[in-house]
Amino acid sequence: MAEATLLNYVLWLPVLGMAALLVLPRGADAAVRGLAFVVMLLQFVLAAWLYGQFEAGVAGLQFETRLPWIADWGVYYHVGLDGMNVLLVLLTAFLGPLVVAGAVNAIRQDVKLFHAMVFFIQFAMIGTFVAQDLFLFYVFWETMLIPMFLMIGIWGGERRIYATLKFVLYTAFGSILMLAALIYLVWSLYEERGALSFAFTDLYGLDLPMNVQAWLLGAFALSFAIKVPIVPLHTWLPDAHVEAPTAGSVILAGVLLKMGTYGFMKLGFPLFPEAAVAAAPLFMTLAVISIVYGACLALVQDDIKKIIAYSSISHLGYVMLGLACFDLLGVQGAVIQMVSHGLVSAGLFFMVGMIYERCHTRDLAAYGGLAKAMPVYSVFFMVLTLASIGLPATSGFTGEFLVLVGAVSAGWAQHVAGAGSTTLVLGVMAVLGVVLGALYMLRFARLFLFGEERLPGGHAVADLGLREKAILAAIVVAVFWLGIAPAGPLAKTESGSLQFQQLVLGDAAGGAP
Amino acid sequence: MGALTLIVLLPLLGFLLNGLLGGRLGRTFVNVVGCGLPLLAFVVAALTVRDLAAAGYPAVIETVYTWAAFGDRSFEIAFLLDRLSAVMVLIVTGVGTLIHLYSTGYMKGDPGYARYFAYLNLFLFFMLLLVLGRSLLVLFVGWEGVGLASYLLIGFWFSDPEKSAAGKKAFITNRIGDAGFLLGMFLLWQALGTLDMDAINAAFAAGPVPGLSAALVGILLFVGATGKSAQIPLHVWLPDAMAGPTPVSALIHAATMVTAGVYLVARLSGVYLVAPEASAVIATIGVLTAFFAATIAVVQTDIKKVLAYSTVSQLGFMFVALGVGAYGVAVFHLYTHAFFKACLFLGAGSVIHALGGEQDIRRMSGLARRIPVTFATFAVATAAIAGLPPLAGFFSKDEILWYALASERGGSTLLFATAALTALMTAFYMFRLLWRVFMGASRMSHEVEHHVHESPPSMTGVLVVLAVLSAVGGFFSIPHFLEPVLPLPTIDPAMEHFHVPLLVLSVALGLTGLALAAWLYAGDASRAARLEARFAGLHRLLTGKYYVDEFYEAAIGRPLEWLSRRVFLGLGDRILLDGTLHGLAGLARRAAGGFARIQTGSLQAYVLLGLAGLVLLLTWSLGNG
Repeated sequence: MAEATLLNYVLWLPVLGMAALLVLPRGADAAVRGLAFVVMLLQFVLAAWLYGQFEAGVAGLQFETRLPWIADWGVYYHVGLDGMNVLLVLLTAFLGPLVVAGAVNAIRQDVKLFHAMVFFIQFAMIGTFVAQDLFLFYVFWETMLIPMFLMIGIWGGERRIYATLKFVLYTAFGSILMLAALIYLVWSLYEERGALSFAFTDLYGLDLPMNVQAWLLGAFALSFAIKVPIVPLHTWLPDAHVEAPTAGSVILAGVLLKMGTYGFMKLGFPLFPEAAVAAAPLFMTLAVISIVYGACLALVQDDIKKIIAYSSISHLGYVMLGLACFDLLGVQGAVIQMVSHGLVSAGLFFMVGMIYERCHTRDLAAYGGLAKAMPVYSVFFMVLTLASIGLPATSGFTGEFLVLVGAVSAGWAQHVAGAGSTTLVLGVMAVLGVVLGALYMLRFARLFLFGEERLPGGHAVADLGLREKAILAAIVVAVFWLGIAPAGPLAKTESGSLQFQQLVLGDAAGGAP
Repeated sequence: MGALTLIVLLPLLGFLLNGLLGGRLGRTFVNVVGCGLPLLAFVVAALTVRDLAAAGYPAVIETVYTWAAFGDRSFEIAFLLDRLSAVMVLIVTGVGTLIHLYSTGYMKGDPGYARYFAYLNLFLFFMLLLVLGRSLLVLFVGWEGVGLASYLLIGFWFSDPEKSAAGKKAFITNRIGDAGFLLGMFLLWQALGTLDMDAINAAFAAGPVPGLSAALVGILLFVGATGKSAQIPLHVWLPDAMAGPTPVSALIHAATMVTAGVYLVARLSGVYLVAPEASAVIATIGVLTAFFAATIAVVQTDIKKVLAYSTVSQLGFMFVALGVGAYGVAVFHLYTHAFFKACLFLGAGSVIHALGGEQDIRRMSGLARRIPVTFATFAVATAAIAGLPPLAGFFSKDEILWYALASERGGSTLLFATAALTALMTAFYMFRLLWRVFMGASRMSHEVEHHVHESPPSMTGVLVVLAVLSAVGGFFSIPHFLEPVLPLPTIDPAMEHFHVPLLVLSVALGLTGLALAAWLYAGDASRAARLEARFAGLHRLLTGKYYVDEFYEAAIGRPLEWLSRRVFLGLGDRILLDGTLHGLAGLARRAAGGFARIQTGSLQAYVLLGLAGLVLLLTWSLGNG
């Protein structure tokens, strides 16, 4: 089956790209960039084709490959696409060529190594999404850390060492907890079945006592929550973003943060359903805190990169809310919100990079009236701002709207049934959070684009070039696609969201007295 | 493509053409596209409504596509044309086209000419989505979209920080209302599984909806309406919105967008008919807004601000009608208001244009002879809003007063008395404006006086058309036309014999306002000045707009800033979280000695280390596989 192996090509193409880079002579920067772009573009085309072929309404995995890897341990190289990861793989592959194209001016030092790292991280991220074996997942998960760490550490700003250290310490701490929980989990399966297996499907079937579930969920959740990040585990993020080069920020905000929410969706909640249902109010509370806290902090930042960094915390709070309400619309909304945030924040980080390359400062106070000096830039910035605010016809609206419908509906149903009003109250607070979202982004836009024209250094700057326009146009098209016609993508992700719901609620309902 | 889809898409095409090409292709292109496509939309709308009339006004539904589906529930993008949306779509495209034409004169020479028309077309697109949408979702898309267009146009001259701040304020205030709108919409979706407004009305008409109170939904949606239609307590953005170009104030902030809340309530009359509590809230908020805004309008000295508070007040009148179940009457006033208020704003624009940007009425006078067309049309519209017969405003305002008194769905003497007092104030502040601007001897400097000129025909022509509509519009009885879809409330039989006296009173109120203004502002307006000095405290309170903005800033703005900066950022992120982390790191460093040194070592080495590890793992695993 040639078709079934296609996913492997998408996954391993970056590794091939890395090998090809090695062959190129030192100093052939243009060739390196060209090769990287072509390979990334090819990966996107393949991923888009996969997305097109992915059948909606079919439960379970498609484009599945399952080969024994470490037979003695029951470890398989097991990858496949399902409703949960299909859009995220597409997003990752979509951002790949844009990251390469966006780095043309920004990265001048160690060009070859840089592109090797981009390939490396692309491989690890897609691997994490498509892995269906916990061991494989964990390997990819840990692998992601290395290139990201290097990207900030080598091409980062002045305080890059501090930022990388913080990033690594936080993430490594989470990873160790996850590793311990993982070992315990697999051991439990071994004791129950007498055979070692890391397959997600086997692990989903485990029937663990509540207290064990709670501990294990706690460990997994900490690891994922750091990645999301959920308040109060978020302080590594603004530092990492500020110090990272544009490409690093784009990858970080565009895809890496979704590892946390995807982890909750694929593993955290389904592996420990009873504990997840019991802890749902806690997760929803943390989600709403993240929404409000992130927004409030974005409101008082003077560094343009930090505004977007804190806005990420707020936006991913919506994802967590949608997942933890377990309502179908909420979960579907969470998936769209993940992709939307990937597009919008990536776009905004690109734009911050573009202005930084021209003016060499991220101080908001140094700017003003850009709409006059850079009209095209300002139009793109405005569109992305509106998408971030969640204006209808943009992807941000689809995500936020569905998450909020889900959360409030679930809350109202519980309230009417006399099952408490916590969910409802949290849903209502999240709805009020949309006001804050508009507040900080419009403050940003007003100070940045409007008012009297003011540029750092006082010299004129060029508006966007063709390459930059193309990058942003691609993102804006995707933003409108998910905003105006989300029915198609939603149909493809529905099987995943239903499976998530069934894994969590089905088991909980069965276990209830 | 269906006719309704076409009507909606024509202005969108205009936006795209002018937005993408307008700057390059010149003024003629911008004019043809910018005015031609709205005009075409009006023509298509008129033809469609004519066909609808011939068929006896059946509700026409045009489904375009499915936005999202979840099992057997789905969000459809569909349009609905019935008597109500027919009235709205004709007002929006008709008045819209006129204001586009006017703008060709008013905005002539502005460097952002193409951008202006692109935005204005974008506004029309969203406004048409709003009035034609069958489901609350489509309406909400339009609702947010007109808010965006409003934001962009208020801050059109964005170099002025005050103007862009006004745009932001409008957006944020509306967002607060939208939170209520969203919640109401979510509850409807949860309980009914649909957002189609015809289905929602039918569901509530059929009896109580299990697990959902009509009052709650009604009030939540009305919260949205208070934002968009500038009602207390979310009225604060509209006066500031006058920062936009004057035709924008006429179109968006008087004739169309701000009436969206009125349309929303009328469209969902099925909910409000079974929600007397929500209706009472609407009537109360409406009459309070009408009253307080009118008191502020009395002392404003900026020609546009007078009209802005007048708009807030008139919208309050419409909500009074909605609150007493006279939905058709509210739409009637919406319709007449669209003509006379657009005429007034555009007239004000013509005055400002004539005076080279002056907006302060204390520096205007005696303009009647210098700009006669503007004066004549402004006078007609003033008489119309003051409620003098037989002008349009007389009919609609009289009906509002009548139902405020006599409706069995919440009419009361108190409601009526407050509304009547407000009507008196309306006549007063409007004639005050007319007097100060157009009458008396000229108090302008010779320099200014020399430059005063009547506006070009593109502007005066539109003024004349709107003045004619303000004069005769009332003869087409909207409440009667809408009765098949929006039945009028029954009248309290005890009130029946008050109908004729009320008519007389209504006229008397208008004339009294006129007389008062003429008397106070006659000559050098010294009577008015003495009155002002006598009640200095009250005057300060009114010119200070009851200090609502200051209150919001102190109660919400500054606490939020303090919470964000001091508590969340300072205490939370810096001290508690990072402080703890740094403390732990310090401990670890002391314990582990030189660990930190390794961390800052050669990063290149890490790459090799990492890669080597990966390769080792792979080789080893293949060997074991």
